[in-house]
Amino acid sequence: MSGTFLGMPAFPGNAAAAVHDSQLRFNLRKATRTIRGKRAAVVGELPDWEELRAAGKAIKDHTLRNLDRHLLRLEEAVTRAGGRVHWAADAAEANRIVAELVEATGETEVVKVKSMATQEIGLNEALAERGITAYETDLAELIVQLGDDLPSHILVPAIHRNRSEIREIFREKMGQWGRAAPGDLTDDPRALAEAARLHLRERFLSSKVAISGANFMIAETGTLVVLESEGNGRMCLTLPETLISVVGIEKLLPRWQDLEVFLQLLPRSSTGERMNPYTSTWTGAAEGQEFHLVLLDNGRTDVLADEVGRQALRCIRCSACLNVCPVYERVGGHAYGSVYPGPIGAILTPQLHGMTRATPASHGRGISELDASLPYASSLCGACFEACPVAIDIPEVLVHLRAKAPHPRSERLAMRAAGWVFDRPVRLARTQRLGGRLRRFVPGRLPGPGAAWTDTRDVPDIPAESFRDWWDRTEGGTR
Amino acid sequence: MRVALFITCVNDTLFPGTGQAVVKLLRRLGCEVDFPRAQTCCGQMHVNTGYPGEGTRLARRFVDVFAGYDAVVAPSGSCAAMVREQYPRLARAASAASLAGPPGGAASGRERASGRERASGWETAFEREVAEVAPKVHDLSEFLVDVLGVTDVGAYFPHRVTYHPTCHSLRGLHLGDRPARLLREVRGLELVPLSGAEECCGFGGTFAVKNPAVSAAMCADKVHNVMATGAEVLCAADNSCLMHIGGTLGRQRSGVRVVHLAEILAATEEDTPFPAGEATGGRAGGAR
Ligand code: SF4
Repeated sequence: MSGTFLGMPAFPGNAAAAVHDSQLRFNLRKATRTIRGKRAAVVGELPDWEELRAAGKAIKDHTLRNLDRHLLRLEEAVTRAGGRVHWAADAAEANRIVAELVEATGETEVVKVKSMATQEIGLNEALAERGITAYETDLAELIVQLGDDLPSHILVPAIHRNRSEIREIFREKMGQWGRAAPGDLTDDPRALAEAARLHLRERFLSSKVAISGANFMIAETGTLVVLESEGNGRMCLTLPETLISVVGIEKLLPRWQDLEVFLQLLPRSSTGERMNPYTSTWTGAAEGQEFHLVLLDNGRTDVLADEVGRQALRCIRCSACLNVCPVYERVGGHAYGSVYPGPIGAILTPQLHGMTRATPASHGRGISELDASLPYASSLCGACFEACPVAIDIPEVLVHLRAKAPHPRSERLAMRAAGWVFDRPVRLARTQRLGGRLRRFVPGRLPGPGAAWTDTRDVPDIPAESFRDWWDRTEGGTR
Repeated sequence: MRVALFITCVNDTLFPGTGQAVVKLLRRLGCEVDFPRAQTCCGQMHVNTGYPGEGTRLARRFVDVFAGYDAVVAPSGSCAAMVREQYPRLARAASAASLAGPPGGAASGRERASGRERASGWETAFEREVAEVAPKVHDLSEFLVDVLGVTDVGAYFPHRVTYHPTCHSLRGLHLGDRPARLLREVRGLELVPLSGAEECCGFGGTFAVKNPAVSAAMCADKVHNVMATGAEVLCAADNSCLMHIGGTLGRQRSGVRVVHLAEILAATEEDTPFPAGEATGGRAGGAR
């Protein structure tokens, strides 16, 4: 599953199937609406939210423009603090580096802090191939892993599951992975959390190697930062003897001081909290610990080369855009076929894979059908842009990517024909008159692609006379 | 004031009544209304579906046709947003392409020449024209409230109405409560709030046919909220969205009519689209 859930068909088909799953829609609707309300409340209470947002955007833009310089500063600072920095051009290289680092410790089990980057590169699967088992420790990721499922949300990967489904997963699967859930487990949230806590505690105490991502990396000090709600991440970061962090190169901030902006933007946008419960920072290797930082490109420098598309690299993975998206709310994350679902996924996944070229990530096949359909997985309503804490104009990028995506032949012809008609007013007038004459023959249910409209909606009546003909006939309504 | 009407291709072809209402309303408010015959389409469908080449051709036509007017009024939030938001981008992209492009490419010689000048801080002619024309293009309610400075337009519409603020009016043009302020001054009209008003109806241009299942699911929720208001009429400032929502309301035989904001604001005691008590039972297009 390197970045994309392999074998997924295009978005419209996935979405149509998901829309009809009423349990899924109920779960999603409830979850996204709750979090949406919380976010709106804590964002609304800051008088300088727009300034913070502008600052976040400016800091990220500056960093991306000078990425090469800041990355070298980071490497220097991390090395100075006793860490080792590895550079990975793509998923395969990153996976190989991590696997070799784990093998060098002689361990065959690792604990994981919730991380998008390692999911993007399919690290767990790559490690499994080399006989290393990776255990997810974030509660939601644990639910996904135990359920042999795929994540469907950036922040709440098991958002598509409700309490009773989670209880079933815990009861059936926990024992196969470690400490079993109690036999009398109920679907009370506290009971579920307690079962997870006992299961995970055992794991933390026995693990020698941990793998994490990071929300931010500070170039000036070489510090990595993880924000979390549960404290499980902190267990992984501090207890094991070896810590390996896999981080996308765009997660960089130049100065420690820049955190002031992002520690306000991120929790309010993601969980709708003023402050997240746990913020861990570490600089290089702690005493008695070995620390490795794997800097991941995996398509990011290609995205950086695109003047419009590069703003997607400002993303801090808060998932606010998912929570406000009317499309995501109705289809969930799996339809997007990638670890990055929702609006950000629709612009990031196809770009990371390369919109036009055959890349290693696309296995030399050029753009996949799924990637080509993602930029169209939006009504361009703009709710994502409005919510985004780093002001990524997602609709602008979607439209930009649509121009790069391959188009079906029939659509190309139709668009060319429409362009031809609109190119001369006289052609438009003639087409309108023809429509006016045929108006009586328009059926209530259209054939072919028109059925996509008339399956659920009536067609409007075609008027006998267009506006421009009315204007000519009546001299602008004066006769 | 000399005002040009940009009717938009959808209204021109399918909803001429909306255009007639705009003409009537603006004249009543003392404007001189012109309909430049050379206009066709703003290019939104092309650009938003991934055909910026065709879209840019139409944008060039638009700025040519509408240069020289004090104001351009469009009874469509999304077309006004297209011109104001996307034209500057199209012009920038066209200029960048003319700098890089081969001779005889999409750009004219004049623009290639000014494209070179751009390096020293100049814009191409197309960019200049867009910068000149785009800010003068207004959605109807914006024009009434901000340019003419009126909220009471002397309208009479004795019906229970709910208002759907379409996405591009809301988040593109930031129309805020302008349409509501206009509607509140209409005599006889009872404005009832729509829950989930700011949520997209699921139209989205070609989205409605490229992702029909999601589009229909979004519209179902919108229709549910509309019916819950008990309104006779659903009003919006964009006929494309109304065609989509109205098409669903019609298919469900809901009895709720869809009416463009312009038609409500143009209505008077003497000239009303439909009398009190006759609002129900409309077809998909509503009162046309
Ligand atoms: S695109 Fe913006 S809103 Fe969406 S996850 Fe990224 S930062 Fe958050």
